[in-house]
Amino acid sequence: MSPMISIDNVSKWYGDFQVLTDCTTAVAKGEVVVVCGPSGSGKSTLIKCVNALEPFQKGSIIVDGISVGDPKTDLPKLRSRVGMVFQHFELFPHLSITDNLTIAQVKVLGRQPDEARDKGLKLLDRVGLAAHAAKYPGQLSGGQQQRVAIARALAMDPIAMLFDEPTSALDPEMINEVLDVMTQLAHEGMTMMCVTHEMGFARRVADRVIFMDRGMIIEDCAKDDFFGSPRSERAQQFLSKILQH
Amino acid sequence: MNYHWDWAVFFKSTGIGDEIYLDWFVAGLGWTVAVALVAWCIALALGAVLGVMRTLPNKALSGVATAYVELFRNVPLLVQLFVWYFLVPDLLPERAQVWFKQELNPTTSAYLSVVACLAFFTAARVCEQVRTGIQALPRGQTMAAMAMGFSLPQVYRHVLLPQAFRIIIPPLTSEFLNIFKNSSVASLIGLMELLAQTKQTAEFSANLFEAFTLATLIYFVLNMSLMKGMGWLEKRVAVPGLIGSGGK
Repeated sequence: MSPMISIDNVSKWYGDFQVLTDCTTAVAKGEVVVVCGPSGSGKSTLIKCVNALEPFQKGSIIVDGISVGDPKTDLPKLRSRVGMVFQHFELFPHLSITDNLTIAQVKVLGRQPDEARDKGLKLLDRVGLAAHAAKYPGQLSGGQQQRVAIARALAMDPIAMLFDEPTSALDPEMINEVLDVMTQLAHEGMTMMCVTHEMGFARRVADRVIFMDRGMIIEDCAKDDFFGSPRSERAQQFLSKILQH
Repeated sequence: MNYHWDWAVFFKSTGIGDEIYLDWFVAGLGWTVAVALVAWCIALALGAVLGVMRTLPNKALSGVATAYVELFRNVPLLVQLFVWYFLVPDLLPERAQVWFKQELNPTTSAYLSVVACLAFFTAARVCEQVRTGIQALPRGQTMAAMAMGFSLPQVYRHVLLPQAFRIIIPPLTSEFLNIFKNSSVASLIGLMELLAQTKQTAEFSANLFEAFTLATLIYFVLNMSLMKGMGWLEKRVAVPGLIGSGGK
């Protein structure tokens, strides 16, 4: 079976500066892959290449059989099928929580407002925030906003979810409520690619771990292998530093 | 100073028909409002389009908008008015020239010139405010909207512009007030708006101080009301947690 996301020899430059170098990996349907590495290693850039929020100059990325780099690809349509969650939530602050959950369903997928509302509220309930439907994002805590952002992405019935450091901007006591939602999602069989520093989450939930440094994929292996016996010295250093806490 | 004060002058006959001086002020205020409101609507629409153009990735479109702003922002308003009134009509096709110069009554042609002048001048300033409003938003907003499958026009329509316009209501209020104040240049091409009527009253009645005091009061009250109105609008569209409405 061909993978849901396949990244093949992808390189990317900002001017002369190379941010990604020959990155190759794949995410199978239902697989949870955690991407980690020091800051500036290119992990966020790589994940943004998957739904073409960042262009890349070399290589190819195929999502569910569709080539992301092909100029003929209908990018809005492709993106509407891939959910994405951002570090800073990026809810639309001028819209109520309900409208945040429904606007893309209605404007992009063409669903009826009633249908979109039912779907949005059901998902809001699932992330434990049904009582906040009428509020605005600015009235919610960071953790709550991020859970809404996950619900908003799920409302589009995505074939895969991308998480770009979803807990990095959160106060420590709010991290778990977001990770719990992500864990639940993983157990339901969602295909997930998560850039995160949460090694506890990786240990519990990931199938595979990718370690990046300076734009290159240094390790790409099963979770147990990564935590048990990372082959590269760089990954060993990274783990020893991050796991001390 | 040997000046004969007479605050009752506004209720005295002008000597033309049965008009009193106050009628002139009312008529003048009417023209001032007619010029400013129509020019403002055009300026707002054109300025919004130009402001969006300046933020687009397309170099040609943003270049056109930038050139527009530089041209209209760096030439004095009065020069622009004279260009619209004295020069532009000569550049029209012959049929339109005849229409503008001969068939149209002089008041209408002056009105059209001053509306065009203020609309295009103010559009450049509105453009800059719309641009800064859009650029003040976090880049992640565009990314998030794109990631959900919005097309670029949808990103602007549903995500960027509703937020940008809320942010720029205070500076837009200034522009809105400016267009009323700037409309007084129309007096220089013979449109009998508020300032022209004031000058005429001063000349006819010799009650210069009274005439200009009333004009000052009218401009002041008009602009204060507009400011209050915009303040009400700002509160009306405020969203909890968004810039300008307190909180984060």
